[in-house]
Amino acid sequence: MIKFLDVCKTYANGTKALKGVTFTVNDGEFVFIVGPSGSGKSTIVKLLCGEVRPTSGRVTLGDYDDVGNLPDRYIPYLRREIGVVFQDFRLIADKTVYENVAFVMRAIGARGKAIQKRVPYILELVGISHKADRYPDELSGGEQQRVAIARALVNNPEIILADEPTGNLDPDLSLELMTLLSEINNRGTTVLVVTHEDELVNTFKKRVIAIEEGIVVSDRKGGYYGKGDGRV
Amino acid sequence: MKKGRASVFSQLGYYIKEGVGGIFVHGFMSFAAITVIAACLLVTATFMLLAHNIDVQIEELQDSNEIVVYIDSGFTREQAQALQSDIMALDNVENAIFVTKEELFENFLAGLGEDTHVLEELRNDNPVRDSFRVIMKDISLHSETLKALMGVAGIADSNSDVELSEKLVSLRSVINTISITLIIMLGAVSLFIISNTVKLALHARADEIGIMKMVGATNGFIRGPFVVEGIVLGVVAAVFVFAAQWAVYNYLGAQLLEGFGAIFELVPFETFRYKLAAMLFGAGVVLGVGGSVITIRRFMRV
Ligand SMILES: Nc1ncnc2c1ncn2[C@@H]1O[C@H](COP(=O)(O)OP(=O)(O)OP(=O)(O)O)[C@@H](O)[C@H]1O
Ligand SMILES: [Mg+2]
Repeated sequence: MIKFLDVCKTYANGTKALKGVTFTVNDGEFVFIVGPSGSGKSTIVKLLCGEVRPTSGRVTLGDYDDVGNLPDRYIPYLRREIGVVFQDFRLIADKTVYENVAFVMRAIGARGKAIQKRVPYILELVGISHKADRYPDELSGGEQQRVAIARALVNNPEIILADEPTGNLDPDLSLELMTLLSEINNRGTTVLVVTHEDELVNTFKKRVIAIEEGIVVSDRKGGYYGKGDGRV
Repeated sequence: MKKGRASVFSQLGYYIKEGVGGIFVHGFMSFAAITVIAACLLVTATFMLLAHNIDVQIEELQDSNEIVVYIDSGFTREQAQALQSDIMALDNVENAIFVTKEELFENFLAGLGEDTHVLEELRNDNPVRDSFRVIMKDISLHSETLKALMGVAGIADSNSDVELSEKLVSLRSVINTISITLIIMLGAVSLFIISNTVKLALHARADEIGIMKMVGATNGFIRGPFVVEGIVLGVVAAVFVFAAQWAVYNYLGAQLLEGFGAIFELVPFETFRYKLAAMLFGAGVVLGVGGSVITIRRFMRV
């Protein structure tokens, strides 16, 4: 479960990115977070990962009931609960698809045998196993993002956080990718997707949280997101 | 609440594979680092060996509880022997053994071994004098005892090397100062070089480190390979220096001393090789860990 309780975040330079945000996401939910550029969406993602700490209010994630005050040494374990996907994929250029995914299992101390079993399974799940030996620059944007999703999934996190995962993809690929995330959600993983793309949001009819200037302006299930729902 | 926490030590194989791999990936930089560290360790070790040799010499000089005093050549043998009671009366004298100049000459010849025929001719014109071997009770009172002995009428000379011993002690302190200065300077240079090599390694893998942090790798796990890389640089340099020191000390050192008509012999390398190896190894590890940890600390804060 994710819980934001009256969360404010003011950056060191004085920018008020969040001004009292409250919402709850239950286990197994699929939620879109939408809003104009600079409204504070990425700040929500960063707060969940422990990358930045709230100025006031409380952030809860699973068993971590006060992420904002979690001592530094526990942050790595918090992050193991979360799989993150970014707009720019962030794959390692000199590792193959397989190695890019295997690498993050090794990074949290997984054994060779477990890695050899799990990585092919995950690559199959996201539909990229036929390109396991390719390097990122030999793949299309959509394929690269599948690898990034595989990487986010491979350590079996409770939650997937995707910050504009389709920002660099054309509409067809975006739809495919969002379908993949939706399938992953159907298998029980909580999914939070930050996006700008109204059409996608409308297509999937999920819960939508709209942020504007650091405030939640609408939070409704069933998914329609249009003019007046947080954006002019 | 925290699942699958892996011990840092269970990952040793991974650190070593990645760390040693890093050495080869940064080939030239690693080579440069090892060379500089080795040069630093070599200079340091050379000075330490020099100091060690001097220490041993000083010890030998000071440890002897015996002073040989020579009797004025104008004294008859009876007069000379009569001095025994005067000597025995002095403080700190345990015993005084009379040695005739003939005995002394024989001992001297025997000590030379072969090639004594040149000296045989001197037998009838014996250049040495009658003497006493004076045994001290307390060797720390060496110079006081010597002064008292020289005050006895009829004692003309002694073999005591208080002066040499004092010269060595002051040489030792000069070498000490130089050694400490060098160790600090060269240590700093080595740290700097290791730190730069590790920095290079860190920058080359900044993307990987970012992703590792994102997926929840602990700082210890991320550091591991870089620390191993630093240690390997230090230890490889130490191994080279040990081998080089061995060769230099045994061959070059021996020849140099011979060239100067040595007044003393080098302490055999075998007597301190384990100490030297341990010291070099320790220095290599400390420099490696130090150099990498200070760099990673700065880097990881971001
Ligand atoms: N590290 C930072 N230091 C200072 N200000 C920041 C920092 N990160 C973000 N901000 C500011 O905080 C506000 C919210 O930023 P955030 O990245 O959360 O927006 P966003 O909704 O993700 O925007 P976009 O859709 O463009 O990605 C912006 O005004 C941004 O300039
Ligand atoms: Mg953003």
